[in-house]
Amino acid sequence: MATKEFTIPEIQEYIEVPDAPIPDATAHLSPFIAKPMHQEALGFPVEVSDDWKEQTLDAMGDLLGKYRGLRVFMDICVKCGACTDKCHYYIGTADPKNMPVARQDLLRRVYRRYFTFAGKFWGALGMPGFVGAADLKRDMLDEMYSYYHQCSECRRCSVFCPYGIDTAEITMAAREILARVGIGQKYDNEIIAKVYTIGNNLGLPERALEDTLEGLEEDLEDETGVAVKLPLNVKGADILLITPSADFFAEPHVDGLMGYAKVFHEAGVSWTLSSSASEAANFGMFIGSYENMRKISLRIREAALELGVKRIIFGECGHAWRVAYSFLNTLAGPFDFLDQNYPIPQHILEFTLGEIEKGTLNIDKSLNDDMVLTFHDSCNVARASRMGDKPGGQFTIPRAVIKAVCNNYVDMDPDTIYEKTFCCGGGGGLLTDDLLELRIKGGLPRMTALQTVTQEYGVTHMAAICAICKSQFTKILPYYGFDMDQIVSVHQLVSSALILTGQVDEDDDTESGEEAA
Amino acid sequence: MSLAFAILFYVATLVLVVGVALKIMQYSKTPAPLKIPTTPAPTTTSGVVMRMFREVVFFESLFKATIWTWIFAWAFHMGLFAVLIRHGRYFHDLLPAAIVGPLKYAAFAMIIGLTGLLIRRFAVNRVRYISAPSDYAMLILLLLIGISGAMMTFVDHVDVVGVKSYFHAWMTFDIENLILPSDMVLRIHLFLVAVLMLIFPISKLLHAPGIFFSPTRNQADNPREVRHVAEWAEKLSK
Ligand code: SF4
Ligand code: SF4
Repeated sequence: MATKEFTIPEIQEYIEVPDAPIPDATAHLSPFIAKPMHQEALGFPVEVSDDWKEQTLDAMGDLLGKYRGLRVFMDICVKCGACTDKCHYYIGTADPKNMPVARQDLLRRVYRRYFTFAGKFWGALGMPGFVGAADLKRDMLDEMYSYYHQCSECRRCSVFCPYGIDTAEITMAAREILARVGIGQKYDNEIIAKVYTIGNNLGLPERALEDTLEGLEEDLEDETGVAVKLPLNVKGADILLITPSADFFAEPHVDGLMGYAKVFHEAGVSWTLSSSASEAANFGMFIGSYENMRKISLRIREAALELGVKRIIFGECGHAWRVAYSFLNTLAGPFDFLDQNYPIPQHILEFTLGEIEKGTLNIDKSLNDDMVLTFHDSCNVARASRMGDKPGGQFTIPRAVIKAVCNNYVDMDPDTIYEKTFCCGGGGGLLTDDLLELRIKGGLPRMTALQTVTQEYGVTHMAAICAICKSQFTKILPYYGFDMDQIVSVHQLVSSALILTGQVDEDDDTESGEEAA
Repeated sequence: MSLAFAILFYVATLVLVVGVALKIMQYSKTPAPLKIPTTPAPTTTSGVVMRMFREVVFFESLFKATIWTWIFAWAFHMGLFAVLIRHGRYFHDLLPAAIVGPLKYAAFAMIIGLTGLLIRRFAVNRVRYISAPSDYAMLILLLLIGISGAMMTFVDHVDVVGVKSYFHAWMTFDIENLILPSDMVLRIHLFLVAVLMLIFPISKLLHAPGIFFSPTRNQADNPREVRHVAEWAEKLSK
C-alpha cells in the first residue's frame, strides 16, 4: 500500500536522469494482491503453497520453453547500461531497480542460478553472485511482485537496447510466474474476471450500457439537432465497433465516443456496438497470460460472428490496439468471414482519416481555435503496433487527423514523441490508486515535455488516443499544476470541428470536461 | 607444454562449437508465439534483413541510446573483427600481405574501446549498479588478450612462422610436429583465448548469436496480413 507520504517531483527545465540511484526509493510500492476469488476466476491458485519454490521454477521453465523472446533475452544482456536512463519510472523515482536492466535482473538472477551452467557452477561454490545469479528465496518473490508492478510494459527500453531486449516481455513473464504461484495482482485480475462475467472492464451490464448510449444519443441530438445513433447489438450492421468501456462515461473519453458516432453518421455506414464484447481493453496482456488474452479476444470473434458484421473497428485505446493489431489475428483468427477489402481490424483513426481524405466530412477547423494542441504518442501504439500501410503510420495518422481539424498544433520535444515517447505513467495494468505515488512520479518526463511546449508555444491541450493515458492524465495533471481537462480525445477534436449534415445550430460546441477537480 | 596447449584448444574449440550450436538449436526451436517487433518495424523480410544488418554492423539502437557507449563498443567490436580476420593467417594462406599489415593497428581500437567500456562500468553510477563481478572479469579478460596480442605485434615480436607451423600441426592432428614457440606472452595470450572460448556458450557472450533470434528485431511487422501462430498455441483451440 502506498499510503506513505511522498513529495510530488518538481518539473525541471529538462528531463533530468538521476545520476545517483537511491536504492529502495520505491521498495514500499506494491499493488494489492488478488483475492482468492479473482485468482480462481482466471485459473490461478488462490494462495502461495509450501512448494512455491518448485512452482516458481516450473513456471519459469515452462515459459522459457514457450517464448523465444524470454529465453533469448535472459541470455544475451551484456549489461551495457544503454537502457538504464530510459525508463520513466527510474527518471521519476531514482530507484535503481527501476532501471530496465536491473528490473530484468530480478528474474535473470533466478534464471542464471537454476537454468544455466555458469549459475549452477558458481552457485555450487556458494558464490552465485559472481555471475549475477542468486539462490531463490521467498522474499525475492515479494520484491519481484513490487518491481514488476513498477513497469508499465511500455517498451521504451527496447528501442534503445542493442539487442532489442524488451523489459515488457520479462515483466509479463514475471507476472505470469507470480500469478501461477498464487501472487496475482488484484486490480488486473478483478477486471479480467469482470470481462468474463459481464463483458467489460467496468462491469457495466447490458441494460446500463443501453441506457448510457440512449443518454448520449439524446445529448447529441440536443446539441446538433441531428439524430446521431449509437446502436447496440444490431444484427447485420457492417461495422462492429470495439472500444474501451471507459469511452461510455469517463471524461474526456466519452467525447471521443461521440466523435466516432458522428464520423460514422456522416460517412453513412451502418455500425454497432456489442454488449458481450463491450470492451476493447485486454488485461490478459498485462498479466502476461496468453490463455487469458486469448479468451478475452475470442469474445470479439464471437460477437462479430453473432452479429454478422463485415468489419471490425477499434476505438481509441493503446494496449487494446496492440492486442488488436498485433495479436488478434493470432489469438482469434483467421477472420476469413470478414470483408477482406478492409484492414482487419481497423483503427478508428484509419477510418476517420480515410473519410477526411474522401471529403465526406464537413470540417470547420476554426471551431477548435480556442485550443493549441500537442499530441501524446501512447506507448503501445507507438512501439508495438502500426496504423496505415507504412511503418510509422501510427505517428503520422493521428497527427494528420488532428491537423485536419485544428489550426494550432505543435509537437513536444522530439526525444519524447514517436518511438521515443514516454509512457503516461499509468499503463500496463498500473492504473490503480494503490500505485498513485508511482503513477505521479512516472508521469514526470511527459509533464516536463508538456510544460516546455506550454511555456514556449502556449499549448493549452494535449490530445491522446488511449483510454488509460486519458484517465491517468486526468488524475495526475493537477498534481503538476495543470488542469485535469487539458487532456482531450482526438475524436473529441474531430467532433468539435465536424458540422453534421442538417445540423441546426453551428454554435460553439467546444466542450471540455467541466468536472471540478 | 605444447601438447597441453593443443589439448586445451581441442577442448575449447569443441566446447565453443558444440555449445553455441546447442544454444542456436534451443533458440530456433523455442517458438515465438506473438508478433512483437519493436515498431516502427519493416513490413517485409528484406526490410528485416536490412534492420538486422544495421543493428549488427552499425549498432543502430545503441547509437540512439548513448553515444559514448556506442563509440567504445563499436571501436572494440570492429577492432576485434579486424584482428580475427588477421589471425586467419595462422590457419590458411588466403590473406594478402597488403591486408595483414595495416590490420595490425586494429588492436588499438580494440584496446581503447575495451578500456572505455571498463571505465564506464565503474565510473557511471547506474552502470556500476548493474554490473556483476563477471562483467568486469570479462572485460579484463578481453583487455588482457588484446594487450598480450598487441605486445607480440608491436613490442616483442612473436615467431610468426613458429606459431603458424604449430597451428598447422594442430589442425592436422600432427602430434609429432606440435612445437609451440617458448614465448611467455604467447602462452598467456593463448591460455586467455582458450578461457574465452570455453565461457562463450555459458555467458552473455551469447549476445553474438542471440541477436539474430531477438523477436523484437527479427520479426516483420505484418500481423494483419499474415496469421502467425505457434504450435503450442494452436493446440489451445483444439
Ligand atoms: S540495453 Fe539491453 S543489453 Fe544493455 S543493459 Fe539494457 S537490456 Fe542489457
Ligand atoms: S518497459 Fe517501460 S516501464 Fe518497463 S522497464 Fe522498460 S521503459 Fe520502464
